[in-house]
Amino acid sequence: MSVTELICITCPIGCHLEVEKVINDDNETVSYIVRGNTCKRGEKYGIEEMTAPTRMVTSTVKVDGAHLSRIPVKTSKPIPKESIFECMKVINDVKIHAPVTCGDVIIENFLGLDINIIASRSMKKRTKVTETVNV
Amino acid sequence: MNYDLVIIGGGPAGLAAAIEARENGVESILVLERDRELGGILQQCIHNGFGLHRFKEELTGPEYAERFIMKLHELSIAFKLDTMVLDITEEKLVSAVNTVDGFFQIQAKAVVLAMGCLERTRGAINIPGTRAAGVYTAGTAQRFVNMEGYMVGKDVVIVGSGDIGLVMARRMTLEGANVHAVVELMPYSGGLARNIVQCLNDFDIPLLLSHTVTEVRGESRVEEVVIAKVDEQNRPIEGTEQVITCDTLLLSVGLIPENELSKKASVEINPLTGGPVVNESMETSVPGIFACGNVVHVHDLVDWVTEESCRAGKHAALYIQDKLVKNDDPMVTKAENGVRYIVPHHVQTDNLVDKLTLMFRVDSVYENVRIVIKNNEEKIKSIKKRHLVPAEMESVHLKTRDIEKLQAGTLSVSLELEEVVQ
Repeated sequence: MSVTELICITCPIGCHLEVEKVINDDNETVSYIVRGNTCKRGEKYGIEEMTAPTRMVTSTVKVDGAHLSRIPVKTSKPIPKESIFECMKVINDVKIHAPVTCGDVIIENFLGLDINIIASRSMKKRTKVTETVNV
Repeated sequence: MNYDLVIIGGGPAGLAAAIEARENGVESILVLERDRELGGILQQCIHNGFGLHRFKEELTGPEYAERFIMKLHELSIAFKLDTMVLDITEEKLVSAVNTVDGFFQIQAKAVVLAMGCLERTRGAINIPGTRAAGVYTAGTAQRFVNMEGYMVGKDVVIVGSGDIGLVMARRMTLEGANVHAVVELMPYSGGLARNIVQCLNDFDIPLLLSHTVTEVRGESRVEEVVIAKVDEQNRPIEGTEQVITCDTLLLSVGLIPENELSKKASVEINPLTGGPVVNESMETSVPGIFACGNVVHVHDLVDWVTEESCRAGKHAALYIQDKLVKNDDPMVTKAENGVRYIVPHHVQTDNLVDKLTLMFRVDSVYENVRIVIKNNEEKIKSIKKRHLVPAEMESVHLKTRDIEKLQAGTLSVSLELEEVVQ
C-alpha cells in the first residue's frame, strides 16, 4: 500500500489529493483510492495521473492577413504528457490564413491520436477600412 | 453626446457589465476600449482553465472573451475601440479621444469603471543593477510571445510566482527557452496550486521560495542575475548568493488596480485593495458610478470577475431606472483576524437580489480553520476550510434567510483556528 500526494489540476480550486494504490497478494495493482477530491473529476484525475497522465496543450500558430501575426490554438482533448514537445514541433511548422473561426481544425488527427489542433479564437481578414467605431 | 450608461474598458468586466445592463432594460449603452479589439487581457491568456464556474467547461482566455464579444454584437451594444478616456467627472461627464471622432465628451446617467489593473515593474520592487535590456514584466512578455509572435529571450529567470509568472515559465519552455528558476520572496507561492503542478513541476523548473534577485548584470543585454535567500524580514542573507547566467528576467510581482480615472471622478479608494470602496451593488462612493473586476480588487479567476461585473451592470440598470435604494446608514464590512480585506465594503440589504457574496483574501497560509461571519459580534455562519492561501480569493454567500436576520451595524469575516482533537 502506497500513498501519493497530488494537487488536482482539473480546475483552479486545486484540491489536495491522496491517491492510495491498492495491491493484491501478488504485488499487482488492482485499484486506486482517491481522497481529498471535492468532485468526480478529481477522482478521475487522481487515477489518470498515476496511470497515464495527460495535458491540454495551448500555443499559437503563424497567421497571415489578420491584425495579429499569431493565432492561439489548443488540442481538442488532453494529450499524453510525453507527447507535449512533439505536439509543439507540429504546431510550429504551420502557417494559416485569415479569416479563421474559433473551433476551426488547424491540424487534423495529430500524431494519429484522434486529436485535432483547433483555433481558440476567431480572426477576421484585415481590411483597409478601420473598424474602430461601430456607433 | 448622451448615453444612459458608459462603460470604461472592454475587457471581461466591461463586457459582462454591458451585457447584463442591456438584459436589464438599458437601451443606450456605450463601451469605450483603448486597445484595438475587445476582450482585454484575456486575448493574450491563451492557456486554458477559464470558465469552469461560469460555463462548466474549460476554455482558453480568447475563447472565454469571444463568448462575451459575440453576445455584445448580438445585442447590438455600441462600442468604440482605440479610444482613450481622459477624464470622468463626479457629474458623469466622460471626456475621451480617438482618431475618428477626435476629442469628444459624453454625458452619462451612470458609469461603470472596468479599467482592470496593471503590472508592477522593476522600479516598484527596486531590483539593483544595470539598466540592461531583457527585463520585462511577465504580461508584456506574454503579449509579445502570444499575440505579436516575438520570443523575448532564450535563458530566462522569473521573479515572483504569481499566476502570470508561472504560466509564462511553461510558455517560454514550450517555445524552446530554458527557464532556470522561478524566484519567490515569500515562503509560499503567489499562484494557484494547479499552476505550480502543470507549469513548473511538469517541466522540472525549480521554484525557489524565500529568495530574491539582488542584482541584474549585463552591459546592453542582461548577462546574469544574482539571487539570494532572504531571512524572515525579507532581507537577503549574505553568503547565500548564486549567479545565474541568463539573457532575460521576467517580473511577476503583483498587479495594481488602475484607478487614475476613478480618482479624477472623486471616487473613494480603499488603501488595502487599491480599488474603489464599493457597496453590495458595486456602486462606488459617487452615486451612479459603479466599478467591477480588477479595477476594484485583483481577482485570480475571471469567472468571479464576470459574476461581480454582472452585479455592477444589473445595479447600474436599476440606478438608471431610479429603482436603486439609497440608505444613509449601510452596514459596514470588517476584515478581522487573518482576513486582509473584504469586498464589498458597505452593504444595503434592500438592494440584495437573492444572496450576498462577500469576497476576501487571507493574510497568510492557514490549515484547518473556520471562516466565521459575524453580525455585530453575533455569529451567523461558519465554514470549515482545510486549506487557505493568500493567492486564492475566497468567497462566502449569505442566502435570503441569513440576510433577513441581519441587523444594522457591522458584518465581519474572521478566521478561527480549529480546536485540535486529541
